[in-house]
Amino acid sequence: MHNISFRRRFVNFLGIGAIVGATLVVLMPLFLIMGTVIYRGIGSITWAFFTRIPQPVGETGGGMANAIVGTAMIMGVAALIGIPLGVGSGIYLAEYGRNASGNIVRFTADVLNGIPSIVIGITVYALVVLIQHHFSLLAGGIALGIMMIPTVCRTTEEVLLMVPQSVREAALGLGIPQWRTTLSVVVPSAASGIITSIMLACARVAGETAPLLFTAFGNQFWNLKLNQPTAALPLQIFAYAISPYEEWHRMAWAGALVLILSIMATVILVRFATSRGMLKGAH
Amino acid sequence: MDPGIRVQELNAWFGGTQALHDIGLEIPSRQVTAIIGPSGCGKSTFVRCLNRMHETLPNATVKGKVTISGLDIYGKGVSPVTVRRRIGMVFQKPNPFPTMSIYDNVAAGLKLNGFSNRRQLDEVVQRSLEGAALWDEVKDIMKKKSGASLSGGQQQRLCIARALAIEPEIMLMDEPASALDPISTSKIEDLIFQLKQQFTIVIVTHNMQQAARVADLTGFFLMGKLIELDKTEKMFTNPSDKRTEDYITGRFG
Ligand SMILES: Nc1ncnc2c1ncn2[C@@H]1O[C@H](COP(=O)(O)OP(=O)(O)O)[C@@H](O)[C@H]1O
Ligand SMILES: [Mg+2]
Repeated sequence: MHNISFRRRFVNFLGIGAIVGATLVVLMPLFLIMGTVIYRGIGSITWAFFTRIPQPVGETGGGMANAIVGTAMIMGVAALIGIPLGVGSGIYLAEYGRNASGNIVRFTADVLNGIPSIVIGITVYALVVLIQHHFSLLAGGIALGIMMIPTVCRTTEEVLLMVPQSVREAALGLGIPQWRTTLSVVVPSAASGIITSIMLACARVAGETAPLLFTAFGNQFWNLKLNQPTAALPLQIFAYAISPYEEWHRMAWAGALVLILSIMATVILVRFATSRGMLKGAH
Repeated sequence: MDPGIRVQELNAWFGGTQALHDIGLEIPSRQVTAIIGPSGCGKSTFVRCLNRMHETLPNATVKGKVTISGLDIYGKGVSPVTVRRRIGMVFQKPNPFPTMSIYDNVAAGLKLNGFSNRRQLDEVVQRSLEGAALWDEVKDIMKKKSGASLSGGQQQRLCIARALAIEPEIMLMDEPASALDPISTSKIEDLIFQLKQQFTIVIVTHNMQQAARVADLTGFFLMGKLIELDKTEKMFTNPSDKRTEDYITGRFG
């Protein structure tokens, strides 16, 4: 009796230990990254970092305000492209795509998802920048927007397919046309999943550097115009990180910290909002 | 005195498998017609052919004629959407819209078809909930609570109210009580009794006592064929076909 219970407790202990250990191993890279970035970056996060633009080497007190705003604007353009096309094609695949043309869209999305981001950057360079004769905010946004499409598309399809068939039948049975059923019944039922997929796609591309190299290009000064080269956090981090100056290295770490924190904040906020059912249709 | 339903040479398929063979029958108006038969014999497929829901499934096809007050619902140029607006359907498992309040569930058929007069919507919702014997239970919470927050029996009555709200001529019910407890079941049966004053009702049931309790006519299906359709009393006491007798006496199925 006593033996069995001891054995059980021991095995249980080992099991829990293994699970906790595995969890720690999985979380380790995250903690390592966060720890390093915070340790190296926190010292250079000042008020000026958020309000000033980069200063020439040797002068102190510069910031990344233009890059922060630039990234926000590029993401705005990317969202305007990636969300409608991604959600739209996801809806198409889930509700109307059980056929050959659906399979083609699905295949295309998967291929697009596998294309290296630098290739997307070069393509947008050839198709937008060369024609505009300008590196531009718009080109950067287009590159990131294209990268968002396949992720948003396939996850939207997935969450829509999780809406029970019985819900669609209920609506169709009331004489509600299919397109209305899709827009007013099925999509709202999956709203929280769709929003989560959008936010994760945004978070994914917000840190992309390669597709911005030949599109947004970077800028040491303010730019709010769509057709001009624009600073962006990842580009600024890249430029500072490969520079030979100690001061710029510190700024690069601070930039990385701000980038990570804003991405994490977005993800956590969305998770929180959807889990609390604060967004319509979240259950 | 329409609308009854006249079905002629109705065949239905799932891909290459035929689920209904040459069904022909007449369903009288303002009466309850029960469809019984062993599971898999095509009861659901049959009622889903009456409001063109069958064809919404992948690879599902129909051939034949279904006439409702003179209109061949499979006729050229007849839109399935308009057909479904005239026919209410209640499914086996209660399926309220998960994101909508109780009120919006009932109003959905009208609202999503572009009807927006608030006062008239209020009236229709109240009338429909009363018609489904649910009004008293939900009148104070119907705008705040979601349809999914109700009990199973209440959800099924909500689905009935939702179907009533589109003011159909015909009600199709596919085993509406099979997922419910006995008390909820008897509430639904009482409701069917009242609804037949106004509607033509077709109810699928695998429960023969239920058919005997609620139905004026009963049709027996077997392997995709209609074996016979007759007055319920006759079906249960003196059926014409040996197979019907075997089934209702429990010798198979
Ligand atoms: N979605 C479907 N796809 C393919 N076959 C189906 C589908 N639904 C039903 N069937 C088949 O059609 C026949 C009739 O089914 P159904 O009408 O659901 O029977 P019942 O409602 O009497 O139990 C059965 O053989 C069943 O396997
Ligand atoms: Mg069935």
